[in-house]
Parts: sequence; C-alpha cells; structure tokens
Amino acid sequence: MKILVCIKQVPDMESRFKINGAGNWYDTAALAWRMNEYDEYAVEQAVQLKEQVGTGELVVFSIGPERVKEAMKKALAMGADRGVHVPDEQSHERDPFEIAAIIAAYARNENFDIIFTGMQSQDRGSAQVGVLVAEMLGIPSVSTIVAFERDNGGVKVKRELEGGLKAVVKTDLPALFTCQLGLNTPRYPTLPNIMKAKKKEIATRAAGDLYQGDALAVTEKMSFPEKRTGGLVLEGEPADLAGRLIGILKEKTTVFK
Amino acid sequence: MKALLVGEYRQGKLLDGTYETIAFAQKLGAEAVLFAAGSEADPPRFDGKVYLADAAQCGEYNPALHVKLLQEVVSQENPDLVVLCHSSYGWDLAPRLALALKAAQVSEVVDYADGAFVLPACNAKLRRQVRPKSKVAVVTLQSGAFNLSGEPTGNPQVEKVAGTVEEGMSFVGYEAAEKGGVDLSRAEIIVTAGRGIGKPENVALIESLANALGGEMGASRPVVDAGWVDHSRQVGSTGQVVSPKVYVACGVSGAIQHISGMKKSGFVVAINKDKGAPIGEVADVLVVADVLQLAPALISALQEGEASRAAG
Repeated sequence: MKILVCIKQVPDMESRFKINGAGNWYDTAALAWRMNEYDEYAVEQAVQLKEQVGTGELVVFSIGPERVKEAMKKALAMGADRGVHVPDEQSHERDPFEIAAIIAAYARNENFDIIFTGMQSQDRGSAQVGVLVAEMLGIPSVSTIVAFERDNGGVKVKRELEGGLKAVVKTDLPALFTCQLGLNTPRYPTLPNIMKAKKKEIATRAAGDLYQGDALAVTEKMSFPEKRTGGLVLEGEPADLAGRLIGILKEKTTVFK
Repeated sequence: MKALLVGEYRQGKLLDGTYETIAFAQKLGAEAVLFAAGSEADPPRFDGKVYLADAAQCGEYNPALHVKLLQEVVSQENPDLVVLCHSSYGWDLAPRLALALKAAQVSEVVDYADGAFVLPACNAKLRRQVRPKSKVAVVTLQSGAFNLSGEPTGNPQVEKVAGTVEEGMSFVGYEAAEKGGVDLSRAEIIVTAGRGIGKPENVALIESLANALGGEMGASRPVVDAGWVDHSRQVGSTGQVVSPKVYVACGVSGAIQHISGMKKSGFVVAINKDKGAPIGEVADVLVVADVLQLAPALISALQEGEASRAAG
C-alpha cells in the first residue's frame, strides 16, 4: 500500500504575533515552529495503517521554506519512509487552491492508495486543501475523520458532526481523508527513530515544475481583532485576585450571595 | 448582488445555521435564493425561492450529488456568491463546489467590508482580509457571526430538484454520542477545565473549584480528547451548547468552536496566564493568572466565607 501524508509547519499558537512589513501575513521572525496539530493525527494514522498492512511505502510531503524540513523530519521519525519537499519562501501567499494544485500535480502520477491530511491548518484554518486535492485527482474524500478502519478492501471512517453526532461513511480506494483531533494519539518519536530518520531521504520538487497557474483569492491584509470594550482585566497576587473576583461575582451576578 | 444560500438539514430537521446564511445575505443587501437537501415537512421560513432536494432520495450527506444539484441551480440563478455554514456539512461541501465552479472559496467568514471577507487566523489572534478573484465566490460563515435580528419568517416558493450520481463513497448512518453523563445545559454555574491546567492530575482542582462555587465542571475539547475528562462534559460546537448564569473558563484559550458553545453564558470569567488569549474577547472579567495558583486561593476564600457565615 502506498500512502501519502501532507503536512504543514505552523507557528506555536501561543506565540505573540506581529504583522509583517507587507501587512498581509504574520511576521515569521522569532516564532517557534511545529507540525500543524491536525497533521500529527494524519501522520499517526498513516504510520498505523502502514504497520497494519506490513508492506508498502509512506511518503511525507510539505511545501514551504527550508525550515519546514524540521516538521518533515518529525514525520520521518514517527515512521514515514521518505519525504518530498517543495521549497517555497512565499508559500504563505499561495491560496488553498494553488497549494492543492501543487500537491495534486505531484500525487497524480504516483498512484497513492490513500492520502491523509489534517482537517485544517492552525494558522489559516481554511479546511480546503485536502478536499481540493481529492477533487483535483478525481478520488473520493471524507473530511474531519475521528475513526478509521479497513473494510473489505475499502475503508470505513467516522466523520465528526456537531453536538457529539458522528456520520459513518464507507469508501473505495484510492481515497483521501482529512484528520480531526481525537482520531488517535500521535506518538512521540523515540531517540533511535530520530537517529534513523536523519538517514531518510527528503527529495526536492520545484513548485514551478508542478503548477504554474494563479491564485483564486488574495490575502490583502492581516490585522489584530478589535478589542471588545467593557471587559475588566484583573492582575495581581492570587489571594488578592481571589477576593476581588468573588466581590465582582457577588455584585454582578445573582447566583452568589 | 445575488447570493445562493445553502441550507442544512440533519436527521430531517432544518439546522439553525441556515438562518445565519439568510442574515448574512440581509447584511450584504443581497438578493437571495436558497438550496437545501431536506424535507418538505420542515421547509425554511424564507421569503423567496427555495430549491429543495429530497434528502430521502438525495441523502443528507452525499457531496458529489449535492455539488451536481448546486451546479445546476448556479447555472439557473447566476449568483455572485454561494453561502454555506462553516460546519461539518459546509466545509466538506464548499471546496468541492468551488472547484466545480472554478470559484475561489473563502472559509469561516466573520465580516464583509468593501468586497473583501474578514476571517480569523491563528486561533482568532489575528484577522485576515481576503478578496476572491473569481466571478463567483463560495464562502462559509463562522457559526454565530451572523444572527437574524428577529424570529425567521416567510413562506418559501419551493422548487423541487433531483438527480443521481455514481460514487465510490457511501453514507452508512449516524452514530449518536454515548448517553449518560452530565446535562450541562441545566447548570447555572459552569467551571471549565482547559488545556492550560497542564496535566490530568489538576482536573480534581477544577472540580473542587466547581464544587466550591456550587456549579458543574465542564471541559474544553483538548482536555476531553486527551482522556482527562469524560466527553459528556465537553463544551463547544462538538460537545454541549451551554447558557449558564456564570461561566468560569480555566486555562481555556478560546478556540472558536469552544466560544460558539458558551457565548450565551450570562457572565463570563476567564482565568488565563495569557492576557492576549482569545477567551478574553468574550469575558466580562479576564483574570490574568495561573489557574493552578488562583483556584486554591478562590476555594479557600469561598470556604472562609462559608465559615464566617456559619459562625455569624
């Protein structure tokens, strides 16, 4: 079985963000980077599937600056066999359509049986790329999966809906799945596997060789949300804060006396 | 401007999010028609044309067929915008439809100004303004960003649509969440444990705080997914939607999905080390503190209050 997992590197969301000079994205200097959280579930599911099947190949794919190889190395240490990197310093200026077109162009001739992606990235949160890739390749896709099992040569998954409800969906292969929190528990790479991963190949493919079209949408501006007024901010020592907070609850609400 | 709104049915019932697409069209001053795969027994209250596919035949989840039906409606109506909810139905369907229409898709819209859409980025710490370059744009709306000002009204002119497609994917059925646990929708006070509590051993502390305040403990999604707290206590769009008189969010960063589950709370207290956490945006009081230090202080202050009342 040949499996592709597409990952993105994103900043730690606890970061203090600044806007870049062009005003259209966050400043990428001085940020801590990590693998997109949803992609970790995708990598874990891909590795588990490869372990179950016993044979085949697991390829990790990522677009972005040189630093994204760090996230790829984590995927390799988790169990992916090799990597394909599309170097692109300006990947943040590409819209989901362009990103999907690059991935689809790569995947089109590789005959993957299964493709996994995260359900969305933590920075853009568009939730488009995975489904677009599948549509471009003309294969079925199921988004936001929280359970995955093989089923008579196909796959049975559960999609997460609102309010605790799930939808059970079966599909033939090849197919693509976008992975949601709760699907599995991503493993921590062990030291021996981190060492082994250093020897695994990360090949390079040029973005321009894969796709040369235009974006369908442009990010014109990045800004901070307007702060809502009226909210009170309390700072200080815990004992003092506790007293003040209880006072406020007694004054402003009807449930404390 | 003309908008094609995509309504949403689940298990035969129209979902409220459908009315948010109507409110969005009103805000834009757009002429609107609506599409839904649903039931004539429960049509949308809407003054205008509704293209209704029968969900019994077309399925509530059958993306390839819904795309095909929507493409036909688009070719009849020529809208400038196709509008869906940013929901499990909407975000799954929107990219498929966008590609079929060669249209830009813009996800999780919270505002519209000067031909550009405003969306959250980086857990709502930032906002992004996006302009589609295609003739038609497909947009999904963040839950709760656009609400009808009053009760939905109107009688639709229903036009039936139908079709079939072959696809290698089949919807087997729905699976409900496990029953039992806690009904947080009745609680007057909810104290929620978020990822900021650090480790499962600290759940007991949040539970003690909930008890001291006379409320129930809730949890955010990561805490539930990590197995620290049972799913029945999860607050948010994939858990319970709650409206207590007092909501105390402990170490909750304020992901959009969480906020959409608790924003109807009467009085919101957020306890967070990060002054810039998005939960602060919806809090009446943001206490900038480590909840692991503040919670014990709160518990002992509440107990002292009890003791002095008992003594008095």
